[in-house]
Amino acid sequence: MDSLIALWEWLGTNLIVLQILIKIVVIVAPLMLCVAYFTYAERKLIGYMQVRIGPNRVGPKGWLQPIADAVKLMFKEIVIPTKANKTLFLIAPLLTLGPALAAWAVFPFSDGLVLADLNAGLLYILALTSVGVYGVIIAGWASNSKYAFLGAMRSAAQIVAYEIAMGFALVGVLVAAGSLNLGEIVRAQQSDAGIFGWFWLPLFPLFLIYFISGVAETNRAPFDVAEGESEIVAGFHVEYSGMPFAVFFLGEYANMILISALTALLFMGGWLSPLPASWVDGVFLLGDGIHWLFLKTAFAGFFFLWFRATFPRYRYDQIMRLGWKVFIPITIVWILVVGLMVVYKFAWFS
Amino acid sequence: MTFEKFVFYLFAAILVFAATMVITRRNPVHSALFLVLAFFSSAGIWLLAEAEFLAIVLILVYVGAVMVLFLFVVMMLDIDLATLRAGFIKYMPVGLLVALVMAIEMFMVVGPSNFGLDKVPAPAAQGPSYNNTEELGNVLYTVYMYPFEIAAVILLVGIIAAIGLTMRKRPETKFQDPSVQVKVKKADRLRVVKMDAED
Amino acid sequence: MKMLSDYIKSLAMLELLKGLRVTGSYMFKKKFTVQYPEEKAPISPRFRGLHALRRYENGEERCIACKLCEATCPAAAITIEVSPPLPDGSRRTSRYDIDLFKCIFCGYCQEACPVDAIVETPIYEYHFENRTDAVMTKEKLLEHGDKHEPALAACIQADGKYR
Repeated sequence: MDSLIALWEWLGTNLIVLQILIKIVVIVAPLMLCVAYFTYAERKLIGYMQVRIGPNRVGPKGWLQPIADAVKLMFKEIVIPTKANKTLFLIAPLLTLGPALAAWAVFPFSDGLVLADLNAGLLYILALTSVGVYGVIIAGWASNSKYAFLGAMRSAAQIVAYEIAMGFALVGVLVAAGSLNLGEIVRAQQSDAGIFGWFWLPLFPLFLIYFISGVAETNRAPFDVAEGESEIVAGFHVEYSGMPFAVFFLGEYANMILISALTALLFMGGWLSPLPASWVDGVFLLGDGIHWLFLKTAFAGFFFLWFRATFPRYRYDQIMRLGWKVFIPITIVWILVVGLMVVYKFAWFS
Repeated sequence: MTFEKFVFYLFAAILVFAATMVITRRNPVHSALFLVLAFFSSAGIWLLAEAEFLAIVLILVYVGAVMVLFLFVVMMLDIDLATLRAGFIKYMPVGLLVALVMAIEMFMVVGPSNFGLDKVPAPAAQGPSYNNTEELGNVLYTVYMYPFEIAAVILLVGIIAAIGLTMRKRPETKFQDPSVQVKVKKADRLRVVKMDAED
Repeated sequence: MKMLSDYIKSLAMLELLKGLRVTGSYMFKKKFTVQYPEEKAPISPRFRGLHALRRYENGEERCIACKLCEATCPAAAITIEVSPPLPDGSRRTSRYDIDLFKCIFCGYCQEACPVDAIVETPIYEYHFENRTDAVMTKEKLLEHGDKHEPALAACIQADGKYR
């Protein structure tokens, strides 16, 4: 054990690139596993809500289903449509997955447990989530298919619209926390009130808007007009098969996990324990720790699946109305309210 | 060559390549995508210059919003390249002249005579705790308060003008108003009547 | 005032929460799934599955080539040819084909049959590997009849009191 720590420190001084690569693998590998099992959880949960039992054939209770899916997609033929732009067609899925994974670089899993402790972490995440739309647009354009193109156009307009509401919600958070550093934002939520000290309470409208905008950003039900089956088959990824499709799939679910984890971090206190710190400090599993972050992320992720099982698809003009005419005004008003609360040191901000 | 220098030249090479592709590609969508690549590499160079706030905002604003709308428009256009290229030779001398004048002007303003470590000393490297964003905010809201606010007002005027210019009331077209539609409730439209069965 | 209360109600998303409650409560309900190869759904004694031609107890074919089934078949799936009379004077079919691709499993043939020869068994698990196999010939139908006679008898027994 000591020699391992010594080796790690030697890497840090002499081969820092290798050390960083190892750190990246340590973050990305479990994340990919989470993505795979998130798809399983989705199928199982939606099955349960529809009074079915979901996948249960591959492995005990269906536990190996995601592995089977992955193997199947890996060995399927990659079909590239005629007159499609081959390079862009194959780059597009990577452009969806890349930002969804890169955003985890500044994500603090626990106090100090972060790959890059960036001062402008929140901006970095906002920038990367806004870059994710390129995968969708390029896929739609490069496919040389009208359905894919329609899906891409819908998706682009929707993501740009909800990006603004999401950005404003984050402005509320950074006003409340007084920092763009994600670790600082979590530490600002630490108080003796436990769960009631987190930002979800003073920023409640922003919390809801952030999460709903997140659902819209990731093109999930009920905002999944970009892949509205009944109208445009599968939207921007109609023409995709095999591995490129699998990468799109991974990107979508990685984005969902990212949004859930960010919701947990920004509004639900990240790694903080929901019980007041003075009660549980140092108590095993009840004190602050990475497991709370996982629990909160799973909680937020559950809502993504619950929404999908419950709500019918929004009509396109209603989506636009909700984004521009409802969410943005509410966020602007609430940023003002948060500003006043901070200036007058109201309850949470004293 | 240090690692930083290598990264700088790498980004610079990509930037120059992407910028060249922007003006030489025939397909406007490819040009727009190369412009995105150019933004990314300049953001990388800004990061090297320890201007991380500016770099991230460049990506957030230009890549994340402006270029998306750009692509949106470019993809919808049906551009006839033949008519665009017609008269290329005829206008080339004028174009070359304008380009030459611009190049000379740029050389005079940002050429080597005005730059270099002897003219502008390198800023002192700041420690890891130095917060770029905070410093920028402090300067913007104190020293440059009025220019900042004026820029904001100009932008607001721009928004209002754009909306005012493009908004047309067309009473003859029929359209749905989603806000009215979502306000509808069951009670407004449906009346459940209880009545005795007739003999 | 009413507008204000409506506005607050729509912001509180009460209707959406109601929907979430419904799906949430269904999550804990008993599941209806029948895990097919291991579990099978119960079927009625009147179930109309694969066709069969029956025999009398002494082994004689029931079918007398009256062609009522052929006439009544709405999908024209049945083709019958009559053989020359046997030495004992009885009528028999020389060909009795049912095209299962045409058949709509309406059960009119077994209703029409005066001697209960053509019947539909409760067997629904069968497949073909060639398209020509979908045409059930007389031999195959008789074979089904011999094979599934106990199941058929049980069905007739169960259904008998309603006939």
